[in-house]
Amino acid sequence: MAELPRTIGEAAALLRSRRASAVDLAKAAIERAGADPYNAWLTVSEDHALRQARAADERLARGYAALLCGIPWACKDIIGTKDVETTAGSRILDGYVPPYSATVVERLDREGAVMIGKTNLDEFAMGSSNENSAFGAVCNPWDPSRVPGGSSGGSAVSVAAGEVLFALGTDTGGSIRQPAALTGVAGMKPTYGRVSRYGVVAFASSLDQVGPFANSVADVAAVCQALFGQDPADATTMPLPAEDLRRELGKGVKGMRLGVPKEYFVTGIEPGVESAVREAIRELERQGASIEEVSLPSTDHALGVYYIIQPAEASANLARYDGVRYGLRVAGTDLVDTYKRTRGAGFGAEVKRRMILGTYALSSGYRDAYYVKAQKVRTVIKAEFERVFERVDALLTPTSPTVAFGIGAKVDDPLAMYLNDVFTLPVNIAGLPGISIPCGLSEGLPVGLQVIAGYNDEATMFRVAAAYERSTDHHLLRPPSFGTRSVGADPKRSPNATFGTSGTY
Amino acid sequence: MSEIDRGVVRYVADLARIALTDAEVERFTKQLSVVLDAVGKLREVDTEAIPPTASVLPLDNVTREDEVRPGLTLEEAMRNAPARDGDLFRVQTVIEDRPGG
Repeated sequence: MAELPRTIGEAAALLRSRRASAVDLAKAAIERAGADPYNAWLTVSEDHALRQARAADERLARGYAALLCGIPWACKDIIGTKDVETTAGSRILDGYVPPYSATVVERLDREGAVMIGKTNLDEFAMGSSNENSAFGAVCNPWDPSRVPGGSSGGSAVSVAAGEVLFALGTDTGGSIRQPAALTGVAGMKPTYGRVSRYGVVAFASSLDQVGPFANSVADVAAVCQALFGQDPADATTMPLPAEDLRRELGKGVKGMRLGVPKEYFVTGIEPGVESAVREAIRELERQGASIEEVSLPSTDHALGVYYIIQPAEASANLARYDGVRYGLRVAGTDLVDTYKRTRGAGFGAEVKRRMILGTYALSSGYRDAYYVKAQKVRTVIKAEFERVFERVDALLTPTSPTVAFGIGAKVDDPLAMYLNDVFTLPVNIAGLPGISIPCGLSEGLPVGLQVIAGYNDEATMFRVAAAYERSTDHHLLRPPSFGTRSVGADPKRSPNATFGTSGTY
Repeated sequence: MSEIDRGVVRYVADLARIALTDAEVERFTKQLSVVLDAVGKLREVDTEAIPPTASVLPLDNVTREDEVRPGLTLEEAMRNAPARDGDLFRVQTVIEDRPGG
């Protein structure tokens, strides 16, 4: 099987030097996605991809094309795609083919990017292991007996296994950053309000954001450049002036003030994760950043805030799945019975748990005690971040307290599963941008470093992440099961074709 | 804050219009009690003078001109319907005919 180039920059260079066409790249991606052994894909939309690739080649031949033109990508199957089935990982959307595309998909279409298909996820993005998909768990390429993280597990794996060059995910409490950490790729959640959610299946509307996975910080920034911006179809997008998100990528961290919140190094964090992250912090210090310990005292309450607000909003959003206008319908004795049977049969266990939790938190007599209380503590958490960002340029934390865990290890213990997200969900509660980048291995499995920046300050976040990436080789590590090419191996000795080195293209 | 028991789970599932099996009621009651205990820690935070945050966006009302723009065609809007009757979504009777009604 032909291997794809590692980065968007490398692929764009191949396309412009005519050593590979967009159709070549699309065919290689389709072949790799079709042979994917990890259950990362729900739909490989071959005809759609080849049509887009041919159009990209025409644009490239005319000599003027955006950076993402001809680049194969994967779309989390919670993002609506016109004429391509969209499941949200749920039986309740059985057979649903959207009549329109999400704004983020339209923006990538406009760039000429080539969508290879739709990736597996936890049902309605509810999960941290990708085991809650109605279409089966996804395996981690680093060790197929382990989870890839979730909920955007399929998107993370599609990038980690070299099946596409970037992927889109959604992040409500860590669903991009945590699977990025567990599969050894870069994954980023933008500031709330940066990216349109129009056409994205809504989960918890005050927390959800769309963001990219890729193999380098520069690639993540390049995709963000295409995604960011106000959308008249989504009133929660911010009217901000256009900016070059990549302007600070090469600046380095000398003179920057980076904060390390002490509450993020607590019991529950695996020693191997802590030492990899501490080493990453030392590396940034060696590069000239000043490291300051800071405190976010209410971190401990973030989980409680999240597990009230998120299921409450979800219970309202998911009320629309009633079997009337689209998706599954299970007929009952009357209309209300039809709703109940449809939802009883169509939703999986985790979705039902959260619907019950959320409905309870919003129900008469409990709304003030739970929902309003959580919204007040949200104010406190947000204010603590704002205070810290008066002193530091960015925060450094572990992305997840553990490396990838075994499939089945936490499925019957929801609270243990929820604790995976303790370091990522405060960022959603405050609405800040955060990125996870690889910072080494623990027990042979990837560890993620999270960089959090202030509101709409993605450029600074990318600057810190890129400085770290330049100084280490962790982002070049590939899963042991990844083809035959490994870091430092001579591509000429590889029996697999590699674009640009095999001479075929 | 109250304990969650089987009756509460059944009542809330009914509000949420979700049919549950007995086994699900049993399992969710246990699991949700653990989760509610954990989130109950929020009671420790003094929020007497703190306003709630519904959204972190510094935006108030977002308005636009009310202009006629192209939308989905009837066929596009209807094509995913589980059951239809011409141009209508077909569902069970909502309001029965009453004599003389």
